[in-house]
Order: sequence, then C-alpha cells, then structure tokens
Amino acid sequence: MGEDIGEMGGVFQCTAGLSSEFGARRVIETPISEACIGGCAVGAAATGLVVPIVEVQIMDMVPLMMEKVVNQAQRDAEGRSVSMPIVIRGPQGGGHRLSAQHSQSLEAWFTAVPGLKVVMPSTPHDAKGLLLAAVRDPNPVIFLEHKNLYQLPRSHVPDGDYEVPLGVASILREGTDVTLVATSNMVHEALKAAGRLAARKEQPVSVEVIDPRTLWPLDEATILDSVQRTSRLVIAHEAPRRGGWGGELLSVVQEKAFDYLDAPITIVAGRDCPLPYNAALEKACIPGAAQIAEACLAVVQRPGFDQ
Amino acid sequence: MMSSGTVTVQLDKPYETFKLESEPPMTAEVTRDELLGYYSLMYRMRRMEISADTLYKAKHVKGFCHLYDGQEAICVGMEAGATWGDSVITSYRDHAWQLSRGDTVTGVLCELLGKQGGCAKGKGGSMHMYKADANFYGGNGIVGSQAPLGAGIAFAHKFAGDGCCSFALYGDGAANQGQLFEALNMAALLQLPLVYVCENNQYGMGTSKKRSSANDDYYTRGGYVPGIKCDGMNVLSVRECTKFLKKHAVEVGPIVVEFDTYRYHGHSMSDPGITYRNRDEVSQVRAARDPVDRAKRYCIDTELVTEAEIKEIDKEVKAEVAAAVEAAKAAPPPEQSELWTDVHVGQSKDFFMRGPDISTSSGVYGTNR
Repeated sequence: MGEDIGEMGGVFQCTAGLSSEFGARRVIETPISEACIGGCAVGAAATGLVVPIVEVQIMDMVPLMMEKVVNQAQRDAEGRSVSMPIVIRGPQGGGHRLSAQHSQSLEAWFTAVPGLKVVMPSTPHDAKGLLLAAVRDPNPVIFLEHKNLYQLPRSHVPDGDYEVPLGVASILREGTDVTLVATSNMVHEALKAAGRLAARKEQPVSVEVIDPRTLWPLDEATILDSVQRTSRLVIAHEAPRRGGWGGELLSVVQEKAFDYLDAPITIVAGRDCPLPYNAALEKACIPGAAQIAEACLAVVQRPGFDQ
Repeated sequence: MMSSGTVTVQLDKPYETFKLESEPPMTAEVTRDELLGYYSLMYRMRRMEISADTLYKAKHVKGFCHLYDGQEAICVGMEAGATWGDSVITSYRDHAWQLSRGDTVTGVLCELLGKQGGCAKGKGGSMHMYKADANFYGGNGIVGSQAPLGAGIAFAHKFAGDGCCSFALYGDGAANQGQLFEALNMAALLQLPLVYVCENNQYGMGTSKKRSSANDDYYTRGGYVPGIKCDGMNVLSVRECTKFLKKHAVEVGPIVVEFDTYRYHGHSMSDPGITYRNRDEVSQVRAARDPVDRAKRYCIDTELVTEAEIKEIDKEVKAEVAAAVEAAKAAPPPEQSELWTDVHVGQSKDFFMRGPDISTSSGVYGTNR
C-alpha cells in the first residue's frame, strides 16, 4: 500500500504494472495519509492474516508515520513476542537536487530502534533477494533504496524465488591492505575507489570492499574477520557524519578488534548540513570515490605501513 | 469609453456554504486600476511558470518543480482581498506566492536555477520560497505539513492582537492528512484567526479526488468549523470571498474555504500529468474556465480596458519575463562558503563542519572555513 502506486505506478515507477497484475485487492492506492498508512500496516500485520508492504513515497515523509514504526511496529517490547511481518520500503538519498526535505538518508534513525530490521541493498540482485527475505521475516523490516540505484545499468537478476538472507554481508572485492565497508549507493563509489587504488603505479593499495546489506542484523563476523586481516578500516556512507551509522560500526570494531588495528578507523560520510539545491553545493556534501580513495590511502600510509 | 471610476460586475458561480448564516456578495465593485493590476499580475505568473517549464526541460531547473498555471486567480484574488499584514503559508506549489508577496520574476527564477540571487541563495529551490518580511512563511516540501504551522502563525496574530489573520493553503491531496484535523480542533478551541484554504485542483499528486477522498466537499470537512466553496477560477469571486473569510477569521475564528480550481501541468515537472487524466480534460478546462482569460474578459466587458491595452500589457510582461530568464541564467551561483551559512542562527565564525572532504591539518574528515 502507498501513495500513487496504482495507475501511476509510483513516483519512481517501482510498482509499475502491479495493480493491473494483482488488482486493487492486493495493490492498495492510499490517500496522502502517512500516519494512517503506518497504523493500518501494523494493525493488519498484527492479525497474522496479511503481510503489508508499505511504500513511503520518499523517505523524508516517514517521520509522519514514525510513531507507528517506533512504538507500534516493534511490539516485542510489550513482552508478547507478537509476529509483526511488515516491510516499509522507499527511496532515500541525495544527488538529485531535491534539496533538504527530499534527499535525506535516515537509516541511523531506524537502526537506533531495537526490534526493527534495517536493509539497504546496493544491487538489483540483492534488492530482489533481500526484499523476498524481508517479506517472509516475521519482524518489521525497513527497506531503504537509494534513488541512484533505480538508474543503475541493467544487470542480471535471476528469475524465480530466491532469498538473500538478512544479516549476511557480501565481500564484493577481496583485498589485504584496508577494509572498506560501504552502504547502499556508496558501495558503487567504494568499488570505484578500490579499482583506482589497485591501479596505482606506485604503491598500489589492495582494498577489501564489504557491503553489509543489512545494518541490523549486522554481520559482525565478516567485517571483524576482514579487519583482523587488513588491520585498517574505512567506513563510507552518504548520511551525515554526526549520528551516522558509521559511528555505530566504529564502536563495534574498536570494542572487538582494537588490538588488530594499525590506524584509526576513518569514516567518510555526508556533510553535517541540510542538503542544498544548488548542484555544486550539493555535490560538496555527498562523498564520492575520490574522497573514499583518499581516506583509504591516508590510513594505509600511516607510519608502519610496510609494502 | 469609461476610463476611470467604479463599476459593479456580476460573479459567475454561486457560493456553497456550510454552517454559515451569511455569504459573500455575488457582485464585485472594481476600478480600472484594480482590473489592470489583477490581469497583469496573473499574466506575469502565467508567463513565469511557462518559462519555468521551458527552463526545466532545458535542464536549467532540476529536482522537483511544481507549477501554478491554472490556479493564478486564487493567489491574486486572495492578495486583493487581504493585506501583507495577513500571513500566508503554502505547499511546494509556491512560485506565484513568492512573486505576489513582493519578490521579482528574476528572484523566483534565480532560486529555481540555484543562484545566489534567490530567496534561499539557491540552496532551497522550487519548493522552498520564503519571504518573512512580507509575512510569507513559505512553501513546504512535505505534503500537509504547513497546516499546523498555519495555526501557529494564527496564534501569533491573536497573541499580538494585530487584527490580521493567517491563510494556510493546502491541496485536495493534503486534505487527507490527519494533522489538518488536529489543527482544526485546536484552532476552533483557541478561536484562532485562521483560514484554511483548500486549493482543490482535482488531483492529489497522481490520484484523483474521487479516489482519495471519501467526502470531496472539502469545505464541509472541518465538521464544527464552518466552510464555503468558491469559484477559484474567477479572481473577483476569490477576492470577495477572501474579504469575507478574513472578517470571519478575525471576528469569529477558523473557517475553511475550498477554491475550485485546476492545474494545467502535472503534479510536478517529472509527472507528465496524463497517466491519470487525459489531454481532452485539460484542454476543456483551458477553453472554458481559464482564470487569466476570465480576468481579461472582465477588463474588456466592463470597457474599463481596451483590447489594445491588454495587448500592450501582454507584450510588456513577455519582455519582462524573457529578460528575467536571461538575468537568472547570467546570475552568479552561491559561493562554496555558503555551505557553512544558515545551518544555525548565530553560528560562530569558526563553525566546524564535518564533511566528505579531508582536512589534512587535523586529520579528520571535515573542513572549516
């Protein structure tokens, strides 16, 4: 259920064709009433008769349904262990000149709420598999899609039913010098950065790129294992640095792998300011491959780097 | 030919009222200067929005851009029936209001083009017009969010005892936001000088009012708050209604008005506007009810203004808007240092902001000025 998801197929065309295939019984076009959409999803899921999938038109509107998400959807807190199979999905992120109220990256809000699962796919393959896993999960799942991902070049998506399990990271590129954990759209920037660093004529740097895919549950084992091998960690996300998810991952790694680290953990993140409309100013707020590469280089070139 | 003085004209469509014992008059008195003013401002808005359409298609304007063409009579008629002492807050469809509250076409287009000369120095864009010095509290990117803010503005007017009111505009889509009903209740309890203005342009984003609203008589949806429905395509109807609304708001309390109108463009420039309605419908409204054309006919029919004078105004406005387009294109973008401004009021000069770029001096990912 969601706004404009019927005839129009959604603002980003994510639901194009769904209403003609499944009809109005299963594809419910709603008024612009986010609080009610969230509340209805919780009520419907609580019955165990349906699994609501909510489309938030743009994630910046999710504050309007936030009470339902943080107080009502995570009902285990009441000690009843109620099954609450809800998926709340929608686009977020900047780079499209939509300015401060349509460009934010809000994942850290959701990871701060125990009881919610938080998914951020970076590829079409993972998006499908993670969405199926999310729909079948008995807990409320927040499924965050960066707007840039809708414009990725076509890549292979298997037909039929497959799941990418929640809580399993993916190592997208193996490396030995530095571990680079990136989320969502930053995964693509991270891979670019890793490619450039490997291609350096002098002192090429071998970067291991990890996409956690789900921020909670978090595949700590894969990340810690990598950090123990590389002794260095750079984290990249688009959301602002202050209060960002990178700080959470940093704390986990310093608690569990402090003795393995040869350099301070570095976070490359969005600027701590509302995203501006002007193109040049917006660009200066969002990290890219250049900044990620610079950070990786900085941590490996600290004294003690032996190559 | 009568070139000055006042004439009385008949309005086209009767009002519909809800829980009201009186209603605005079905006639309006106008002077030549008033009619000329209304027509030229409406035509200027029309040309400005058409130029915004062109600039968007040429990729000078990016992001979301919601145009007001088709709805000009509401803004101009309300301004004619109110004063700048009265506050206005509206949705993202806000270009025309910025203009009517005293900004220039160049100023509006500068913001659309992300230039320093815009009201938000190019940092806000289409949805974030704002002109506090004329009591315009802006556009808003979040559907319906302005409704409770409008109640707060009304509270301030009542607190100050300035005899002015707050006009909070929203569309038929936002009419289904729960926060509107919470605000109506509080406004009624506190007897706030508040006018809720539902600009019913028949479509909430890509969903028609019949598919989104169980009761599409929006003027009746305040329940215990009285309401009135008015022809939103006739600038003089809107003006007479606005005078009535303001008087009621200030003397009695909140009131809802539904202006029946139509938007020619899609919801925003990224919406072609034809997946949920057809081109014939749009052209029929254009032919039968166009608000700019209605104002022109009042000019001619009253014989207060000649066809030749209208043609002259059209020529001047076209030239003005064309010049504004060139001026906005040539205007400078904001300096990079603008990133460090306007985050907090009263922020210190050495405000430190972490960002994606490295400051080699401190070894931290961040920069300061």
